[in-house]
Amino acid sequence: MTRALRSLARALGLPAVLFAVWWLVSAGSKSFYLPPLRAILDAFGPTWSSRWASDVLPSIGRLLIGYAGAVIAGVALGVPLGGRPRLRAALEPALELFRAIPPPALVPVFMLLFGIGTPMKLLVIVSGAVWPVLLNTIEGVRAVDEVLSDTCQSYGITGLTRLRVLVLRGASPQIVTGMRQALSIAIILMVISEMFASSSGLGYAIVDFQRAFSIPQMWSGILLLGALGVVLSLGFGVFEARALRWYHGQRSAHREDG
Amino acid sequence: MTQLLEVRRLRKIYEGHGRIVEAIGDLSFACAPGELVCIVGPSGAGKTTLLKCVAGLIAPTAGEVVLGGARVAGPPPGMAVVFQEYGRSLFPWLTVWRNVALPLEHHGVPRGELRRLVDDALAEVGLADVHTAYPWQLSGGMQQRVAIARAIAYQPKILLMDEPFAAVDAQTRADLEDLTLRVWRRHGITLLFVTHDIDEAVYMGQRVLILSASPTRVIEDLAIDLAAERDQLATRSSPRFAELRSRVYEHIQRAKRAGAGEVRP
Repeated sequence: MTRALRSLARALGLPAVLFAVWWLVSAGSKSFYLPPLRAILDAFGPTWSSRWASDVLPSIGRLLIGYAGAVIAGVALGVPLGGRPRLRAALEPALELFRAIPPPALVPVFMLLFGIGTPMKLLVIVSGAVWPVLLNTIEGVRAVDEVLSDTCQSYGITGLTRLRVLVLRGASPQIVTGMRQALSIAIILMVISEMFASSSGLGYAIVDFQRAFSIPQMWSGILLLGALGVVLSLGFGVFEARALRWYHGQRSAHREDG
Repeated sequence: MTQLLEVRRLRKIYEGHGRIVEAIGDLSFACAPGELVCIVGPSGAGKTTLLKCVAGLIAPTAGEVVLGGARVAGPPPGMAVVFQEYGRSLFPWLTVWRNVALPLEHHGVPRGELRRLVDDALAEVGLADVHTAYPWQLSGGMQQRVAIARAIAYQPKILLMDEPFAAVDAQTRADLEDLTLRVWRRHGITLLFVTHDIDEAVYMGQRVLILSASPTRVIEDLAIDLAAERDQLATRSSPRFAELRSRVYEHIQRAKRAGAGEVRP
């Protein structure tokens, strides 16, 4: 219990200090664009309680759907590519080319093709977040243990059981690494896709406040994005600890062996 | 007697990176049902290659492997393999129990029978109390016991073991040798046991096949006429054991010298 408290204190210590400094330094601020933190926090409640359903939830919904799409697409493409060296050699140059395109550059293209609605925003998120999942899945599937693969083969374990028990679990440490990177990319792209042309969402709201010179409200939106990122990252940590319990256990067992 | 396993004029050549390596030259032997045959040879004699050909994990360049009258073209049913690298042949994300159960689950063994087979197999190798542990929580010797339990539960006609105890300490090794002999006797399976350890081959085997250096062939097929019941102390200290062991040793030394004398481009 005390250990949990201590680690909580360590995790929250620096952010608390930074907020305190921000609070003190900005307390007497007369600058229109850099309002006191107190004013920002005062604006927080009223602003977002009225915009919760119209902006916050749609953003989170698009983020989660786009992220899920990126993970599914990345794994679904990465598994065959990781398992087939010839296919990989044939597609790798094209993949490198597509990966080099910064996803925000695709927003105007997607707008032309799909309009400014939700499908466009989802595509922007998927097109950027898919890469870390795809590339890490390929590496993970390539690294699946040969002896374990021989074991499966000799016991006649094939098809879906092999995919589920050997390939996906064997590649899961790398897949999870890719998913973690993809999550932060997905948040960034969610905001960007809403800033271009939109009528709802967190990114839209922040730009809207800025144009209306509602500066404390604008800042409160940035704080809300930060909080969203922290919550998602904590949730991901819980998922990772459960999914990779065997992996961390095995690694610490090897360390003890020397 | 009809043979369960026949290896006929097996040849395996690896090609790649501008090099051609003839791992197995021309290799033939047969195993009767229920026999325990040990295969020894100098290191690099292509023992693992031979075993993988028999297991249907790699295709031979020429010749064939026939199991129970059918030509082996892929991993045949009724065969289990225990690998040397126990740490890499168990699924680290599955518990001990699930590791043993997995092949049976995949082949649709009914729930009740599956439970009985897995419980019995784990009890037989002395691991009745670690069902819910993960493999990496166990010692090396215990992990290899799990791999043996998985093979037992699968009820194979033939069991292949590839230097299974090369990576465990001497005491554990003796225990595992005796465990393997008990399992072999109790289930009446045919056991093909590859090792580089001459003492182990003579102690375990009814027959010992001595392989040459690569390109491999069988130099000698030696019947081990020791008492059927083996004992770590009595068997290993018997004069006949010493005779057989030095005979195998001489063959392997000769094979090594012949292998070293051969210069290959």
